[in-house]
Amino acid sequence: MSQLIIEGLRAAVDGQEILKGVDLVVGSGEVHAVMGPNGSGKSTLSHVIAGRPGYEVLGGSVRIDDVELLDKPTWQRAEAGLFLAMQYPTEVPGVALRDMLAASVRTLGDSSEIGERMRTEAERIGFGSQFLERPLNVDLSGGEKKRNETLQLGVLRPAFAILDELDSGLDVDALRLVSRRVEEATSEEGLGVLAITHYSRLFEQLKPDTVHVFADGKIQESGGPELATELEDTGYERWVSAPATTSAGLLDDPFADPFA
Amino acid sequence: MSPVFSPVAAGALGGPQWLIDRRIAAAEAFESTPRPDASAEEWRYSRIGELDLDGFTPATEFGNAPMPRLDVEPAALIRCVNGRVMYTDVDQELIDRGVHIGPLAEDENGETRLGSVAADAGDYFTLLNDAFMDWPLLIDIPRGVVIERPIVVTHHAAGDGGAAFPRLVVRVGENAQANVMDLHTSEADDHILMCPVVELDVESAGRLGYLKVQEQGAHTWQFGSVLARAEKDATVSAATAAFGGEYARTRADTRLVGRGAHGDLMAIYFGEGDQTLDFRTYQDHVAPDTTSNLLYKGVVARASRRISTGLIRVRPDARGTNAFQTNRNLKLSDKAWAESVPNLEIENNDVKCSHASTVSPVDEEQRFYLESRGVPTDEAERLIVAGFLGEVLANIPVPSAAPALKLAIADKLARQRELESAKMKPVA
Repeated sequence: MSQLIIEGLRAAVDGQEILKGVDLVVGSGEVHAVMGPNGSGKSTLSHVIAGRPGYEVLGGSVRIDDVELLDKPTWQRAEAGLFLAMQYPTEVPGVALRDMLAASVRTLGDSSEIGERMRTEAERIGFGSQFLERPLNVDLSGGEKKRNETLQLGVLRPAFAILDELDSGLDVDALRLVSRRVEEATSEEGLGVLAITHYSRLFEQLKPDTVHVFADGKIQESGGPELATELEDTGYERWVSAPATTSAGLLDDPFADPFA
Repeated sequence: MSPVFSPVAAGALGGPQWLIDRRIAAAEAFESTPRPDASAEEWRYSRIGELDLDGFTPATEFGNAPMPRLDVEPAALIRCVNGRVMYTDVDQELIDRGVHIGPLAEDENGETRLGSVAADAGDYFTLLNDAFMDWPLLIDIPRGVVIERPIVVTHHAAGDGGAAFPRLVVRVGENAQANVMDLHTSEADDHILMCPVVELDVESAGRLGYLKVQEQGAHTWQFGSVLARAEKDATVSAATAAFGGEYARTRADTRLVGRGAHGDLMAIYFGEGDQTLDFRTYQDHVAPDTTSNLLYKGVVARASRRISTGLIRVRPDARGTNAFQTNRNLKLSDKAWAESVPNLEIENNDVKCSHASTVSPVDEEQRFYLESRGVPTDEAERLIVAGFLGEVLANIPVPSAAPALKLAIADKLARQRELESAKMKPVA
């Protein structure tokens, strides 16, 4: 039984504080949903935990049990048991999925039967075996990229996975297969999940134990699975203050939904 | 006037009289040719100004030529040192099929084969090679003969202060096919000048793949040419893998003189230390419906420099030409420098030509993606660089040389990391 412990996490991008003190504990086998409006800092949370370049950590701690992750390079965080399924997986020309996984599992201490594990995982989520030899994410559709992320999750068997909008880009059938696979990992392998999303449709197969409302750089409220359904109906209005405007009269977040 | 590279010196080299006469004539022409300097477009960014030609004398020592690394048994192996053929081993089957591999001067067609391509592509250093080539090597594949396994040539240069002038002439007859790997090396610690000239002559519907692997020592200066000509419906693929040398310039010409001829020009390279890798390419479309495709991809590390100037020329008769030029560079350090200069000279309207070039560091997002799967930083970088070069490696002539090239790239990358970590260690 392990824990992913996030304590007082604060981080900035270009000098602007985006995470304003995040506290969250995910135990093995648990599923925590983090839901919130656009621009609330949800994706930043996933990036900072994984150590993506371009973020400045201002304070706080992220640990797996007593191992501090924030002072480690990204690959050592993965080695410690962390996995990030990205919202927009990066294309890496010329590097085949198999080569990358062979390099990862070598670090993770188990390179046996990588091909077999890839095939098994591909079957479980209906992912064509032709993708296994292809360069990473190159010319893959949005849905194929998400299946590719899920396949890697299955092969690498991390202790904790952050799923950053895993549901986006997936059609209904693919979403069912993918979310069921993650649910099975929680029960079979004790995977702890932090699932970031806008919508509750991910949670039809993947059952959250706790739902957190994330707005303005921190968790505003936490509750049971019923909170996800409630959010679907009522939106995030309750937690979002009127959008701040700059001196030019523009919205702070140019990508925010203007009709929200 | 060079006291060393004079007509008298050229005339002193051995061989049949026609060869001696040609050397002397070339030496005379060389003597009256002014040394190019960096003000000429084709020598821009070059280090020609630093060359002290009179500091070299024709090399005579015999060093330790490395063996080529290949995954298959070659159909023929020829080893040359300082431009002299030292060893030939040719499958009897090839000899039975009329293939000639050996010293050009001993071949009955040698006199006509020599210069069949280079005569129209002369420059300062091809002239010097004409004057001081010792034992030109001829590979002559008769009409209709298809050779599957590669023919392997090694050219080694040795002797401090030595200059070597290797000459290789490959002729592929009508509808014949061959692949040649040509390994160029030199002694690691010797100051050496190497001026190799390679002629690739492909007749109608012939197919020739040529891969030059350049792994010269760190104090070698190279001014080399790979000059190709393709007749009707012929295909010539000329690739260079450039790893060694202090200053290594390679001129690669492809002249498409017959209708429907096709030329591929490929290169992978990895510059480190203060190496300069200098490429000059020339895609010359003489005949209609000819196509050429240039793909140069490589890495510049440390304070290395890489230059590529490429000319696509479409002659008035060459309607229906397709000519493409792509240069992509990965820059591993701030001090490294890469420059690509494309030139187009088009004299026909019915053509498709394009060029593209990029210089960029290893993509941070790509590295992050691999690292987030537990791939260590060094290994992630190695995978990304190998993936970047993979596009060329997957298509090189003599595919059986690819694994060794991948290892050479991995070695170079490992060395960058060692240097990097040594630099970061505090001084005790």
